[in-house]
Amino acid sequence: MTLRGTTSQTVGPFFSIGLERLNCALVGPGVAGEPVTIEGRVLDGDGVGVPDAIIELWQANSYGKYAHPEDPQDKPVEEGFQGFGRIPTDEDGRFRFMTIKPGPVPGPDGKLQAPHIAVSVFMRGLMRRVVTRIYFPDEPGNAGDFVLSLVEPARRGTLIARNGPAIDGLLKWDVIMQGPGETVFFDC
Amino acid sequence: MRSLSGYRRALPGTQPEYLHPTYVSSLKRAPSQPLVYLPHTLSEITGPVFAPITVNVKACDLTRQHAGEPLGERIIVSGRVLDEDGKPVRKTLVEVWQANAAGRYRHRVDQHQAPLDANFSGHGYAMTDSEGRYRFITVRPGAYPWGNHHNAWRPAHVHFSVFGPAFATRLVTQMYFPGDPLLPFDPIYNCTADESARQRLISVFDWESTIPGHALGYKFDIILNGREATPTEK
Repeated sequence: MTLRGTTSQTVGPFFSIGLERLNCALVGPGVAGEPVTIEGRVLDGDGVGVPDAIIELWQANSYGKYAHPEDPQDKPVEEGFQGFGRIPTDEDGRFRFMTIKPGPVPGPDGKLQAPHIAVSVFMRGLMRRVVTRIYFPDEPGNAGDFVLSLVEPARRGTLIARNGPAIDGLLKWDVIMQGPGETVFFDC
Repeated sequence: MRSLSGYRRALPGTQPEYLHPTYVSSLKRAPSQPLVYLPHTLSEITGPVFAPITVNVKACDLTRQHAGEPLGERIIVSGRVLDEDGKPVRKTLVEVWQANAAGRYRHRVDQHQAPLDANFSGHGYAMTDSEGRYRFITVRPGAYPWGNHHNAWRPAHVHFSVFGPAFATRLVTQMYFPGDPLLPFDPIYNCTADESARQRLISVFDWESTIPGHALGYKFDIILNGREATPTEK
């Protein structure tokens, strides 16, 4: 190792002018899988919505394949599904995105990981991103998931989306920065 | 399946802590619970791959995005995106945004009483070449006041967003200018404990990249986390 990694700095309050070009939906036409809509809020330590956060998503397609050259699995990559999304919060800290439920991907213990979306959250006040994950409700694989098992049981629920009220495919998931119910964030 | 090597973690002190009381916005937004260590899985060693950008002069020349030229001192900001082993990070997306020469962002939230410039939007993007190089033409951003504390001013800076090869290498940072007298007083710049890590955020004046008669050059290399040795290399 000859060089040292560059230090992170906050995105500040004005990131939208530089980043909104890539604000995007995850799913193009003709992509296989179960459509899901995930919505929620980003809340600060006072429970107030964070109006200037940006969420980035990274996920496999419904086959459990990442559109990336280092995914060694013999599974199809789909045109129209890159697996990346970027969504800013609104004035009340709300966000909403549509995607397809990812398939399971391999974990380090040789078992499959439960379906999940990798998430980065950036905002003014955060000197570096926070990293978390969205898992899916009623998913049998959650019980044996390698990453969920690293989290103390009482906090695992912060990583699992909840079923919304009676609308098919609508899931709820919040990002709570501080205090009771604080979302689990990872050292990534 | 062969085992996949992850990315290295930052050395202690070289990345900012979340809670930094002198940076007031961190008080209600910094996580209070310790982070859970996440061994890198396939989900973290992969990351978004963006289609190569066809050469787009306007995207990387912030002085040519409007009918007229922006006010201010024209500068070239260039450098390389490398990993900690010095290997170029090729074909990765670099996004930038900044205030205009008067210290005003083209953003509805920015109410600083400094003029907007009809010829300056203040954002651009580029993709690194096969040597990891990027290059922007812009104007030197102005310093501007902010509400963090009495008489608080941000030093001149350009925001950078870089993806790198993996979810684990994602980085957003700020580039500063050499000799800026505001740096010692800026809570954001000073959030990082390690002094040499802070100083690496300061660009270097660079004769080689200047354009005679036109613009001065500043060099800013961005270093992303390197790869762990693979099990067979240990």
